[in-house]
Amino acid sequence: MNTMLKYSKFALAGVALAGMASAAQAVELNVVSWGGAYTASQMNAYHKPYSAKTGVTINSLDYSGGLAELRAQTEAGNVTWDLVDVVLADAITGCDEGIFRLIDIDKEMAAAPDGTPASKDFFEGTLLSECFIPQIIYSTAFAYRTDAFGGKNPSTMADVFDTKNFPGKRTLQKSPKYNLEWALIADGVPVSDVYDVLDTDAGKDRAFKKLATIKNDVIWWTEGAVPAQLLADGEVVFGTGYNGRLFSAIVEEKQPLAMIWDGQALDIDGWAVPAKGKNVAEVMKYLYFATDTQRLADQAKYISYGPARQSSAPMVSTHATLGIEMAPHMPTQYADQGFMTGFSWWADNGDEMNQRFAAWLLQ
Amino acid sequence: MAEDTVQGGPVLAADGTPLKASLNKAMRKNRIRALLLVTPLFLFILFSFLIPIFDMTFRSVDNWQLVELMPKTTAALADWDGKAIPEEPVFAALVEDLKNGAKSREIGKVGTRLNYEKSGMRSMITGSARKAVKVKEGPYKPQVLKFHRYWDDLETWTVIKRNTAPYTIGYYLNAVDMKYDKQGDIVMQPENQQIYGKLFLRTFAISLGITIICVILAYPISYLLATLPIRYSNLLMIFVLLPFWTSLLVRTTAWIAMLQSQGVLNDLFVFFGLVDDANRLQLMHNLAGTVIAMTHILLPFMVLPLYSVMKTIPPSYMRAALSMGANPLVAFVRVYMPQTLSGIGAGSILVFILSIGYYITPALVGGTSGTLISNQIAYHMQSSLNWGLAGALGALLLASVLVLYMLYNKLVGIDNMRLG
Repeated sequence: MNTMLKYSKFALAGVALAGMASAAQAVELNVVSWGGAYTASQMNAYHKPYSAKTGVTINSLDYSGGLAELRAQTEAGNVTWDLVDVVLADAITGCDEGIFRLIDIDKEMAAAPDGTPASKDFFEGTLLSECFIPQIIYSTAFAYRTDAFGGKNPSTMADVFDTKNFPGKRTLQKSPKYNLEWALIADGVPVSDVYDVLDTDAGKDRAFKKLATIKNDVIWWTEGAVPAQLLADGEVVFGTGYNGRLFSAIVEEKQPLAMIWDGQALDIDGWAVPAKGKNVAEVMKYLYFATDTQRLADQAKYISYGPARQSSAPMVSTHATLGIEMAPHMPTQYADQGFMTGFSWWADNGDEMNQRFAAWLLQ
Repeated sequence: MAEDTVQGGPVLAADGTPLKASLNKAMRKNRIRALLLVTPLFLFILFSFLIPIFDMTFRSVDNWQLVELMPKTTAALADWDGKAIPEEPVFAALVEDLKNGAKSREIGKVGTRLNYEKSGMRSMITGSARKAVKVKEGPYKPQVLKFHRYWDDLETWTVIKRNTAPYTIGYYLNAVDMKYDKQGDIVMQPENQQIYGKLFLRTFAISLGITIICVILAYPISYLLATLPIRYSNLLMIFVLLPFWTSLLVRTTAWIAMLQSQGVLNDLFVFFGLVDDANRLQLMHNLAGTVIAMTHILLPFMVLPLYSVMKTIPPSYMRAALSMGANPLVAFVRVYMPQTLSGIGAGSILVFILSIGYYITPALVGGTSGTLISNQIAYHMQSSLNWGLAGALGALLLASVLVLYMLYNKLVGIDNMRLG
């Protein structure tokens, strides 16, 4: 293993030199995020105000999630990313593997305006990793075409799985995550019991069996931009997607779509700092600013994701350009209809479920 | 001349040194020059190709996690007989390893490795490491057994013991749909977990199919290109080369616009009344999408070698055959076609090997029935981060391509392949 790495290190030495040359100049931070409307909201709410205030240049880079690149950078001993926007599940994995830096949330992050320490201000259940600073709460939910069913409006997960009353293609993510949960919810399992049922062999079989009832009507997507496109083109009548992307399709592009909040899967997205980054001290200064109450509330002006601080919620106002109230578009408004992703369940069962799901697709 | 060498020793060059040495000197200069010329390419291939391939292949057998991160447990388990839950000394070693792993924050790698073999071992390890930090003194066994129910399960210890070896065939077993059962014997995966065998077969079947379609489509085009007067054939050649020069991603997304159920092709079919508006054809997100798009993308790799071989066949051969009484079909099949075999061979092997490794097109238009083994490799590289399994799948793919190549060489002979 280690002898192998020496070769890789040597191979990457050239890249490292290029990195060192730029480090000698004024502070520049490489911040990696998901791109599109989401990165734009971060630029407006965090990057621009911070650069204006401190003169630090922030280079915004895009990636499509996952730890593969960062793990490769860490193993090669040349980490060029200073800060990464990650989903909580990746933060947990990366923290366990030592890829991310431990963060003392009360010491290193700002308190709420009323003096509540950060660890109490972030919503309960969002601080599940010691390497993770929550930013937003988002959800993966279904949207449907309002013109597809002749006036009938599906409103529950059972309707999504009901191909008789609501015929047409559906698009789901090509992954067992959430699809198994949704199958159980559609089969009558209460949202609060989903992971208890899924933890049994009978529950797993039940989920796959229910999923099989719509298998022939499903187009599986892998890239986040695809479902909104398929819905807009009329290729599908139901589609899952991140609620922020669906929001921009519905409200900004005025597509004939509507949300089904029932059974929405809530997840948390936030920041993690690569442990071997080159500008850790500078990044922590930036994070202190970018994760305070005001900044998180500002971000909600640009995208319909719920701020992760309780103190930010009352400050959420209207959309920056459209002027509409943002609160009704926040997944946190409908939290009781959905479930929070079972991070530890997926950490343990992800490998097995992914393989079983791939085999199930081939059948 | 012969007498000279016998009488006067070695032949001398004009400056008096032996001819052989002087010749060698001149040759050596040439050799060094040639070597220097290929050095940049050699280094490039070494670092961008050979070392990464070697590295990834090594990862498919490398099992360093427990050996390096749990050295004490590894040593303590060395002469465990595997018949019952181990005794106190092993647990003492385990607690120490867990403490150290929690401190260095690398214990997660052990959990990740073990979770490939048995679901749930990830949280067993990371959870136990957090609890182990608080353990002050022995006896350790009763305390550890309370950490997680798995510690009291013999299978857990069988898995751990197996992975204290520095090398593993576990990833290769996984890559051919096999696994260790509870007792540690090698068995097939249960039916609902079998995937890679089917995917390998499908990849070869689809690649073969695409190669055959390419031959059928490219042969007449190449013939036309080779026989038309140059000003027409140049124009046609541009039609072949233009898509060849266009980005792969652009061509694939163009096919999405063509093939989707609300797309151009289906609209035309509906317009001409070939299909009913309610029953539009599903041309993509399935096998059909992959075959259509990949055939189009790979067609130039068949046309170009065929064309350049056909271009060298003198038309007089056909005329001679005709004048000797063969009808046109016989003349074509018995005189012309055998001379193009080398082009068919070259094109086929190019198209076949390219399609075996195809990744982005099947990912975009293949749905579930049209994805290939490379999509699974990419998944394990990027999403599941199981690089050992990705390495094993990649090595198997590489090995099977090499075997096929050697078979081809045996049957057709690689010397008979001509690219022009």
